Amino acid sequence: MTTAAPVRKDRAMELQKELIASYFTRLSRAPQTGAKTVATFVPGNLSELLQCFDAVPVLPEINALQSGMRKLSGNYISEAERRGHSEDVCTYVKCDLGMFDAGNVGPTGEKLPVPDLLLLSYTGCFTFMKWFELLREKLDRPSVMLHVPYQGQGKATPEMRRYIVEQLERVVIPELEKLTGVKFDVDRLREKLALSVKAEDDLVAVWESAKNRPSPIDGYFGGVYYIGPIFTAFRGTQEGCDYYSVLREETMQRVREGRGPVTPDGEMSEEKFRLVVEGPPNWTHFREFWKMFSDEGAVAVASTYTKVGGLYDRGFRHDPKDPLGTLADYCLGCYTNHSLPDRVDLISKYVEEYEADGFLINSVKSCASFSAGQLLILREVEKRTGRTGGFIESDLVDPRYFSAANIKNRIESYLQMVDQKRAAAAGAAS
Amino acid sequence: MTTQRTTAEITAACEEMYYDLSFAAPRRWKDASPDRKVAGYLPVFCPREVVHAAGMLPLGISGAGDWLEVIRGDAYYQSYLCHIPRSTVELALSGRLDFVDAMLFPSTCDVIRNLSGMWQMLKPGCVVRYVDVPQNYDPEIGGRFWQGELRGVAEALSPLSGIEVTDERLAASIRAYDENRAAIDAMYALRRDRPERAPTSEVYLVLRAANVLPVGEHTALVREYVAAAEATPRKSIDASRVVVVGAFCEQPPLGLIKTIERSGCFVVDDDFLLVNRWYTAPVAGASGGRGAFADLASAFVRSTTPTATMYSPKSGRGRPLIDRVRAARAEGVIFAAPSFCTPALLDQPMLSDALDAAGIPWTAFKYAENTGQFQPIREQTGTFADTMKLWEAA
Repeated sequence: MTTAAPVRKDRAMELQKELIASYFTRLSRAPQTGAKTVATFVPGNLSELLQCFDAVPVLPEINALQSGMRKLSGNYISEAERRGHSEDVCTYVKCDLGMFDAGNVGPTGEKLPVPDLLLLSYTGCFTFMKWFELLREKLDRPSVMLHVPYQGQGKATPEMRRYIVEQLERVVIPELEKLTGVKFDVDRLREKLALSVKAEDDLVAVWESAKNRPSPIDGYFGGVYYIGPIFTAFRGTQEGCDYYSVLREETMQRVREGRGPVTPDGEMSEEKFRLVVEGPPNWTHFREFWKMFSDEGAVAVASTYTKVGGLYDRGFRHDPKDPLGTLADYCLGCYTNHSLPDRVDLISKYVEEYEADGFLINSVKSCASFSAGQLLILREVEKRTGRTGGFIESDLVDPRYFSAANIKNRIESYLQMVDQKRAAAAGAAS
Repeated sequence: MTTQRTTAEITAACEEMYYDLSFAAPRRWKDASPDRKVAGYLPVFCPREVVHAAGMLPLGISGAGDWLEVIRGDAYYQSYLCHIPRSTVELALSGRLDFVDAMLFPSTCDVIRNLSGMWQMLKPGCVVRYVDVPQNYDPEIGGRFWQGELRGVAEALSPLSGIEVTDERLAASIRAYDENRAAIDAMYALRRDRPERAPTSEVYLVLRAANVLPVGEHTALVREYVAAAEATPRKSIDASRVVVVGAFCEQPPLGLIKTIERSGCFVVDDDFLLVNRWYTAPVAGASGGRGAFADLASAFVRSTTPTATMYSPKSGRGRPLIDRVRAARAEGVIFAAPSFCTPALLDQPMLSDALDAAGIPWTAFKYAENTGQFQPIREQTGTFADTMKLWEAA
């Protein structure tokens, strides 16, 4: 055990919790306040645009992962399967459908409203399309598609960008105007985008702090808390800016003090392994999963999952001077919208830039967008970096697919392998 | 003087191509001239007209069925992913596709999408193109984007073949594929109207030959089969008329198709190898004279066959299936989806709910392209067929 210090919550942690709770409260009270609610997805979310229409986003992935963390997803999934949904398909979808059937109660214990519109930001995941078709049939709500082309050839082209902008101008914005009765104001969008840039700058500083030794953050398990506000409803808001400013300051203070990251058992006292992690985490056993790493002194110095809502650390920033074009660029640039060779490149760069001892893939059954090809990613990144790769399997929110003993065993074996390889390399160098 | 072949002779020739994983037919085509190039494509859709106009042979790759042991391919995929990418990788790594100069990967699902990137890494000498079809059907938005994609495919292929895809060449290719689709429509109409004369196990083999034959040869083959089938009296049997849905990507083994028929079903409509029947109307002239690329784009956004991989802008996802059932005078639907096929399996509850509401019976099972045990399926579909007959009699 290397984590002995008592748990002490930083101000940023408290703020994050308050922000997310305030979002769910705002959402659950939308029927009373009259605010329109728009369901959409995290990758390629149009947070700033929705704010221009005073609409509140509903994020089914977030609802599903919250259900997973609250140990509710198992029943929701079973209920959806009883109603004819295949055991082979994404459990986020089944969890979401099951949650509706169970009364659609959110994490604050309040009932969430049925969204007024399904804004299908179709970015980086095929399942999104079927998910909203299913919801549309179930909820009898209209849907609007924003098709974001995939960067199959390793780049976003001007034609792709134009295609997205045209959809925004001629399909998405008119639908939002019709729904909310609010006229689109491009200057309002610019103001929000300017706020986004500030938060993005601060978030990148937090990510890059992990280049320090010890890393002051865990860029995967801790990282999912950091992305909460910016991936949900707070990109483009002052509250979001305030949160990231505090988070950055606290992180830099940790660097100055040479402190490690906060873990489920408190502050990590000794950083033994620096890892890059590919793939989403498991949510049903999130804390247990995290502890499997932190108990061994393993820190995720970078991760790909925390980039599904934007690769800010590779330079992207929203550009208030080109409001719709920048939204198109954002949608195109989300992690899972990148080709496999690009993903290999990114992970290899993370391994090098963050001086990782190795990289680990958590392959989730539900998500073919992430998972298909990961075994080739494993080989390629090992080949390029010379660092040891590990591979474990779990699921997003299906508790039946989290085998704790098996995963723990694999992680421990993997870390032993990393240790041996590191020792061998040190021996050869001396 | 040529002797007309019988349906048995035609389907035997098609079956030989079906089982041939050395790809002798396309290799022969390529070997006929040193300039010839081949472009492979994965299900479910490929703008074959563009490939053809570039002077290349479009080669449909539908996995390796149940007659290739997959070893290397399995090393690249987790147990919870479907089978077609495994066998496709096996084909590639075993050198069977080394004669293929380019590969096109359509936006069918995340697995096929990611396979495009794997191909770039595994086969660095091959021209690889991800073909992103529009999910917006406004001709001025999705149609224009699609035209750009089509031109991108043409620009990727032309340097290989040395043949520029001009509007004239593309128009001629469109005509060739319109003729092919018309011939296939006639074959499907024959099967629908007189299913005993054109069993699906034969129709499927004739359709499948489109994977490996040049379009003109395939059109002639289909016409030859239709003529032979029409001229060949066969004993009628008392079978239930069914539509098979969900098998648009990874293909069921031939034995499974035969099993469905032997259990007492006439398959009177299906979505096998959907690329061959993608458009519901002719492509030529679809844009009203704006050129061949515009014709293809207009046809795509206006006349695409509804399927799970394409977005449905309005609710009522099951309506097109009900229409198909009625048009085919079918009594029920068999959902036959590959295991772990996200598009088919996520679509299925919407379709089955619509069937329930319309009072159309259905049954469902999953398969893999290498499924070898057909008896449980025979019992299931046989019971389904018997039950429908009983309902009909009641």
